[in-house]
Amino acid sequence: MNLTLKIWRQKNPNEKGKIVSYPVKDIDGDMSFLEMMDVLNVELIEKGENPVAFDHDCREGICGMCSMYINGEAHGPDRGVTTCQLHMRKFKDGDTIYIEPWRAKAFPIIKDLMVDRSAFDRVMNAGGFVSVNTSGNTIDANATPIPKEDADKAFEAATCIGCGACVASCKNASAMLFVSAKVSQLALLPQGKVEAKERVIKMVNTMDEEGFGNCTNTGACEVECPKGISLENIARMNREYLKAMILK
Amino acid sequence: MSKSALLKSSIAKKYWMALTGLFLCTFLIGHLIGNLQLIFMAGEEGRRAFNVYAYFMAHNPAIKILSYLTYFSILFHTIDGIMLTIKNKKSRPKGYAYNNAAANSSSSSRNMALLGSLILVFIVMHMANFWYKAKIDNSAPFPLHVYELELKQDGKKVRNDQTMYYFTHQPTLQPIPKNRKLVYRDTTNNITDLYIKGTNIKIAEGYKDLHSLVFAFFGQDKSKYGFPKNEQALYFTLFYIISMLVLSFHLWHGFASAFQSLGINHSSYNKLIKSSGKLFAVLIPLGFAIIPLMIFLNQI
Amino acid sequence: MDKKGQLLSISQVALILNVSEKTVRRHIQSGKLISKKIGGVHRINKSDLDHFLNPEKSFSLNDLKAEIDNSFPRENQEPDGPLVDKWSTHKSKIKLVNPANKRLIDIIVVGSGLAGGAASASLAELGYNVKTFCFQDSPRRAHSIAAQGGINAAKNYQGDGDSVYRLFYDTIKGGDYRSRESNVHRLAEVSANIIDQCVAQGVPFAREYGGLLDNRSFGGVLVSRTFYAKGQTGQQLLLGAYSAMSRQIGKGKIKMYSRHEMLDLVIVDGKARGIIARNLVTGEIQKHSAHAVVLGSGGYGNVFFLSTNAMGSNVTAAWKAHLKGAYMANPCFTQIHPTCIPVSGDHQSKLTLMSESLRNDGRIWVPKNMEDVLAIREGKLKPTEISAENRDYYLERRYPSFGNLVPRDVASRAAKERCDAGYGVNKTGEAVYLDFASAIERYGNEKAQVLNLDNLSKEEILSLGRKVIENKYGNLFQMYYKIVDDDPYFTPMQIYPAVHYTMGGLWVDYNLMSSIPGCYVAGEANFSDHGANRLGASALMQGLADGYFVLPYTIGDYLADDIRTGPISTETKEFDDALEDVKSKISKLMKIQGERSVDYFHRKLGKVMWNNVGMARNAEGLNTAITEIQKIRTEFYSNVRIPGESNELNPELEKALRVADFLELGELMAIDALNRSESCGGHFREESQTDEGEALRDDENFTYVAAWEYSGNPSKPKLNKENLEYKNIKLVQRSYK
Repeated sequence: MNLTLKIWRQKNPNEKGKIVSYPVKDIDGDMSFLEMMDVLNVELIEKGENPVAFDHDCREGICGMCSMYINGEAHGPDRGVTTCQLHMRKFKDGDTIYIEPWRAKAFPIIKDLMVDRSAFDRVMNAGGFVSVNTSGNTIDANATPIPKEDADKAFEAATCIGCGACVASCKNASAMLFVSAKVSQLALLPQGKVEAKERVIKMVNTMDEEGFGNCTNTGACEVECPKGISLENIARMNREYLKAMILK
Repeated sequence: MSKSALLKSSIAKKYWMALTGLFLCTFLIGHLIGNLQLIFMAGEEGRRAFNVYAYFMAHNPAIKILSYLTYFSILFHTIDGIMLTIKNKKSRPKGYAYNNAAANSSSSSRNMALLGSLILVFIVMHMANFWYKAKIDNSAPFPLHVYELELKQDGKKVRNDQTMYYFTHQPTLQPIPKNRKLVYRDTTNNITDLYIKGTNIKIAEGYKDLHSLVFAFFGQDKSKYGFPKNEQALYFTLFYIISMLVLSFHLWHGFASAFQSLGINHSSYNKLIKSSGKLFAVLIPLGFAIIPLMIFLNQI
Repeated sequence: MDKKGQLLSISQVALILNVSEKTVRRHIQSGKLISKKIGGVHRINKSDLDHFLNPEKSFSLNDLKAEIDNSFPRENQEPDGPLVDKWSTHKSKIKLVNPANKRLIDIIVVGSGLAGGAASASLAELGYNVKTFCFQDSPRRAHSIAAQGGINAAKNYQGDGDSVYRLFYDTIKGGDYRSRESNVHRLAEVSANIIDQCVAQGVPFAREYGGLLDNRSFGGVLVSRTFYAKGQTGQQLLLGAYSAMSRQIGKGKIKMYSRHEMLDLVIVDGKARGIIARNLVTGEIQKHSAHAVVLGSGGYGNVFFLSTNAMGSNVTAAWKAHLKGAYMANPCFTQIHPTCIPVSGDHQSKLTLMSESLRNDGRIWVPKNMEDVLAIREGKLKPTEISAENRDYYLERRYPSFGNLVPRDVASRAAKERCDAGYGVNKTGEAVYLDFASAIERYGNEKAQVLNLDNLSKEEILSLGRKVIENKYGNLFQMYYKIVDDDPYFTPMQIYPAVHYTMGGLWVDYNLMSSIPGCYVAGEANFSDHGANRLGASALMQGLADGYFVLPYTIGDYLADDIRTGPISTETKEFDDALEDVKSKISKLMKIQGERSVDYFHRKLGKVMWNNVGMARNAEGLNTAITEIQKIRTEFYSNVRIPGESNELNPELEKALRVADFLELGELMAIDALNRSESCGGHFREESQTDEGEALRDDENFTYVAAWEYSGNPSKPKLNKENLEYKNIKLVQRSYK
């Protein structure tokens, strides 16, 4: 199929960017979206132009590096996939595809479609862990049975890949889904409960400082999340935060 | 937990939005039930019932506290909402060239600030139309509704056969001997109470005729009570109906959203919250919208 | 036949060389000119002749033999005493650094995966100042995250006879007796701690209804010792290590350098004292010093271009260390994973793994009859329409005792064997079926039994079974569906082997120190624990064991001598020289401005590697590979085009620097494979097989680690042999029959 790509090009953080049109030809439906981008880039390189910079790494939907806003949606029109798992069969011959970077104050653009998501790391550094040393002298793994339901819920929250699609899709550029996934995972497990209060307050404060917006419960994040992280986690974080505020 | 976090943290802000919002929802229920008297009770009886109700709402101390809470909630909900919106706008200084938000969220959820602002405009108009006229505006005496006293000739006999006592509609007021003469007496400039001549015994009150105000506002001719027909009634009726539509959209998202903000989300009752939210969002504004519509239609 | 494969007779060669036939024969006899005997007469491959003509560039085994020095130049530091006590004895004898002194010591860690991340966190917890580098935008993105199936540990929670010894034994055997006993035993010993540690960190492993941890089984073993978190175990473990790192970053004990790539190792007075790194965002070349450098930079599977590795996975850090004197050990030991999604076309940029755990429930087959194969390829027949007796469940047929759960190398070769015989089931002829139909039915019946449901229709039972399967492998099935657009709940998956893991890597001693003092190597980047073939679910175990429990102890032994050294200055000649080297290498690449993109060369290299240094290797193919790689390298340095500038974010430059190193590594892999003329584990030499086509080891000649030393010329490496001694396990031919 032949397509027209409208891609955000921006040389560096300081320069103004713009949307540039590129035609691509003979795209196979079995190609992934990023492979389609590879085709474009090889063409650009061989023509002597600068290829489009974009983040990508594992190309199997787990590292969370790829991050394109495709036709008005984070990771494009398909559900439950990252950009690298989006396949061209979701598009038709003659389509025009808009490709933009994540847009958020907390995710400044580095170049073209690449953004700086280190704000997520800083939120995690504030409290996204259980304070246990790696001495190897902890108690036996089976000493604390955990109800399967809790363990499963914790696991589901823990599958967050930190790609930032939630922030990109949220009209407020809020990071609540991301932060709540970690808060939930650890709040659900006995190991994490010990420092749950401190954790939620520190992580939320850092989230606010980083310039993410507020949650207005539109639910866009849950829909666009490639891992299907549930809004239930945001509610749980709200509870945890309330608990921490009242009881502390 | 510092005190400032109670106001500053994004999540705390959301609690306040949710709490004030839910409180305003309960206000809506009360307000609607009261207002429905406008259309469910006809004629003079309806007029009286409504004015009595209005009087009660304005004078009962408990209601007063509630009404201050309501004002506070509206104010806080507004200010908090504005602060949230400003921060949210700042969080994405540059938007997308092409955005397909409809794919992942409802339009009402994305436009709460706009809907809220429209509702605020409505509230201001609404209060200017009624509340201000009845409570604040001193430019002209507010026409009163003074209904014929329903003095019960065969009321309770209290002392002896010669003395007949009149009982007013208000059981708290003292019974009045029958042979006394009744007078109106202005105590303040626009509240007229009914007293026994020469005494301080109040036997009835004159009510501000809000009922007629409302009916005239929405197009009925109430000149005989001092309220000539509002010539722009059509536009106001439409404005009210549209405003209720706006309210409906606001509630469509807001009701369930408040529960989520407060952390109330569980698979076993999420459906209940969501469906009652939607039911609430439809029924309450619908109830409100019917009132002006019926009044307007009844003039014709 | 193309020119490369052209066969020449002795007289033709004599004519070309303008010498007598006798001289040609002499060259053949001396081994300088490689020839094949076909029907009793010599035939010389054109490419071998090219080799011979260009001896500067080419590799000859004979040259090598002359250089082999039988004494291995490094101590492997293996502690004395009985195997089971080695690690505890070693730990108690090791030198310690007191906490106040730890604050005076800097450590650089390159890579933030399971090994690098775990090491960074643990070293920082101990009190060292850690600087961690990763090329991704966050340490959480390291490719360990993509590991699916699980992590082994000798916990014996299932009571099925597991033990430290059995895990040790299985790993040695699985590795086809080419790993160090002492290292592997230590790995098995600390494995149980890993699970305790991860659970304490909040890693949500799968649990049973009683709240205790669940296990599954993996290929090559007879017990269930694999802990898992659905098909995302690597993700959960990596995020555990990442969270431990986050804690230390928050405390300021780790300084994180994301989007930085190590481009050289700096040696001062014979010790690793720092690195040169490029800030990938600004293009700035930086000097970083430390008292020790830990490489946890992963494997080099991307030398094949198509692999299950992430696009950015590379050998550069390890290769730079190799160029500075670190031995590269057993580079030819590559793991080809049997269950990956087949290649769909020329545009393919990477391959996706379908976890080995699927072989717990999936049965692998191809049609028995060629007509069926052809009908399937033409789309006239669906796999579900082929009856059981017309299917060839070749793993169950060939290996009745392990069946579908044979080790990876065995399963991969068996798939290749069937596809080479023409039974591949997709258009390219390179795919076999992985079928869940019987598992779905079995689970459906079990579930119906549990729920006390009688009289269910077949479809209802199947649907119950599909739910069970979804619960176990949901994310993998979804992934397959999204990539292939075919629903594996209803039709068998198509799979084919793909490059997955590299057992080879930098040589390390028992303390995980490479042959450069102060340069430590952990995880996939080192060679130590998996021999010639890694068992499933052991990579995660090794990465975490190295990072959490081994390196933090052993590095102290070295650093104890450094407490008075003080900060290492970067204002020295060594750092400046290294910096200039990197800069000139970059400007050399940028100046070429040829016609081809980096990917063009990478793909070309990958094809040569896959065809000649892939699942089955022979001397001829390996020699071809060596010449071809040299050619590609020459072409690369004359015709690559890197757009943009070097002082800005430039992904093409990043790729070029990585591919440049792959172009040298690839050759070393072929040389190593050529040298190792036995078959063992993932390394299968066609010349060395049993009558049944199974791998045939040559213990007499090859029970050693081939540790290659850089000589200054990538085509002429020096071989050092570390002999492997098996005192606790008897070497036998592996059998999974």
